[in-house]
Amino acid sequence: MSMKKNKIIRLTISYLIILLMCVVVIYPLLWVIGSSFNPGQSLSGASMFPKNPTTAHYTYLFDSEKSNYISWYMNSLKISIITMISTVILVSFTAYSFSRYRFIGRKNGLLTFLVLQMIPNFAALIAIFVLANRTGLIDTHLGLILIYVGGQIPMNTWLMKGYLDTIPKELDESAKMDGASHMRIFVQIIMPLAKPIIAVVALFAFIAPFGDFILARIMLRSNEKFTMGVGLYEMVAKQFGKEFTTFAAGSVLIAIPIAILFLCFQKYFVSGLTAGGTKG
Amino acid sequence: MDVTIPATKHGRNAALLSIIPGFGQFYNKQFVKGFIFLTLTIAFFASFLDTLNWGFWGLFTLGTIAGLDHSIFLLIDGIIALIITVIGLAIYVFNMYDAYSTGKKRDLGLATSSVKEQYHNLLDSGFPYLMVSPGFLLLIFVVIFPVLFVILLSFTNYDLYHSPPAKLVDWVGIQNYIEIFKLDLWRKTFFGVLGWTLVWTFVATTLQVALGIFLAILVNQKDLKGKAIIRTVFILPWAVPAFVSILIFSGMFNESFGVINTGILHAFGIDPVPWMTEENWTRLALIFIQTWLGFPFIFAMTTGVLQSIPDELYEAANVDGATIWQKFTKITLPMILFATAPILITQYTFNFNNFNVIFLFNGGGPAIPGQNAGGSDILISWIYSLTMTSAQYGKAAAITMLLSIVVVTVALWQFKRSKSFKEEDMN
Repeated sequence: MSMKKNKIIRLTISYLIILLMCVVVIYPLLWVIGSSFNPGQSLSGASMFPKNPTTAHYTYLFDSEKSNYISWYMNSLKISIITMISTVILVSFTAYSFSRYRFIGRKNGLLTFLVLQMIPNFAALIAIFVLANRTGLIDTHLGLILIYVGGQIPMNTWLMKGYLDTIPKELDESAKMDGASHMRIFVQIIMPLAKPIIAVVALFAFIAPFGDFILARIMLRSNEKFTMGVGLYEMVAKQFGKEFTTFAAGSVLIAIPIAILFLCFQKYFVSGLTAGGTKG
Repeated sequence: MDVTIPATKHGRNAALLSIIPGFGQFYNKQFVKGFIFLTLTIAFFASFLDTLNWGFWGLFTLGTIAGLDHSIFLLIDGIIALIITVIGLAIYVFNMYDAYSTGKKRDLGLATSSVKEQYHNLLDSGFPYLMVSPGFLLLIFVVIFPVLFVILLSFTNYDLYHSPPAKLVDWVGIQNYIEIFKLDLWRKTFFGVLGWTLVWTFVATTLQVALGIFLAILVNQKDLKGKAIIRTVFILPWAVPAFVSILIFSGMFNESFGVINTGILHAFGIDPVPWMTEENWTRLALIFIQTWLGFPFIFAMTTGVLQSIPDELYEAANVDGATIWQKFTKITLPMILFATAPILITQYTFNFNNFNVIFLFNGGGPAIPGQNAGGSDILISWIYSLTMTSAQYGKAAAITMLLSIVVVTVALWQFKRSKSFKEEDMN
């Protein structure tokens, strides 16, 4: 009898804590959704469930004459996709070489990657700023993409190399016996087997530019070239509170697709990050 | 094969002759290869001699005529010259090594490879280099180059008053470092910011880790219903892009219209709290926000670990009459910590450099009299404002160096302990 009572108490407390946490998690999200439907620009007097909801802020954002929101969206998408494709290609190359070949400089190369992956690349933000000015890459998407891709290489190379190491070497050796060229072994034998890790690397490389703020903020100057992060920040920072409801609408529009994408691939994220951490 | 001391010394001779690239290969009768090395060398000097000359001159002097020489551009050109020199030296050493090993083969009476074999060898041994080089080149320019630049910059007086093209920048040795520790304003700010950075890293990370683990265990109870939906809800803060959530929070905590003051605290009859203007309240809010942002990842990871702990362990513990607490401290917690320790450390290093949350919430503010950093500034956000708003490039670079030493030390220590590093055959 007392065991049953214990169980009821334990479960009740658990549910109460979970309920509290759910409220803490969901409240800010509901609040921003509510704000985005509030009439007027500022939030004073606004409520979470407005009596006379309006979609005016959403239509404002989609009006390309008044707001650059659509360009920010497209910029972010473009930068993320190009970063993803370039990262996957370059990382496959480097990871494959490090995994399958023993060449002079391999050890030092791996060590360099290991150290570099620990330095967040915005730590050198002064240099990035000055260099971008010098090379004329400031305020261009090309410059930003190059920095993103370069920053992605070290960590993802280690991640993918760890996976490629688990693919038996006998496979490429027998293919070599049959006269397959280096490139052919790489493209037709190893890459198809590495699909799961390619998916993980692609996902990381796609989501990182989306979540980045600092590099984009340093590199991009003109409003129509902004990414989502910089654009939304400018919107609230310029005259705080004045445009908050519009900002809220913008946040909702970016958060929902990313969150859905994320929830679908969440398993890969966890496995990728864990593999990256424990396997190096 | 008998091991005999070779009578000839082709190896040594070839290596010595290689002081002029190509000649060692000629000595070994590998004329095509030697010709390639010789041409490469001549081409290298022909095309880079001016760049190198100019680059090193600039690197040493940082320009001599104010208004004409642009010190920072000279510094950049100097680094390029440095990188070209290193690449050139690497090829030079390889040339000597190649001549030596071929000569060694001759000493031992082995056949040296013919042109055709050499071609195939080149293809075989060159392939990995071919594949690594695009990534490596990019890395040199967007990562290694900036790192070198910051290192060198930290030894210059580059700031608002020494800013090209009107003025020259000079080498000042370790002046920046000395000033950070000696000048009152800088020392006070530096240690203030460092102290808060450490407190922030430790408290925020520990809270998010503890909450994540606690909730994962809570939700993982066998007789709890609705696991799938609860887990989805708990993942949400991770799924929403962080910069969006932080900006939302900065609205919620806003003192005049934010819902925390006008709604929640008001409902409990508590006076408005100065979240954005009082240093300690800002810090408290930041720690809360980071916990909110950071716990889902730990939660998801711990859930994965929990599901992989075999039931037999708990059954055996039940047979032995273990209490819930014993099962937790003797089975569950060690299993979790063992599997996730490396990740937990990266969480600490991540928060140490967590620029986004600090900057987007309150811009590092509120401002504090008597120091040149805001009340919630951590090192990385302070560096940002030194660079972008007060143009203190030299000092910012020096602080970046101090910060990097901390991060790299911790990270190297961690990787030395990690399994993969020990398993990896580094040969």
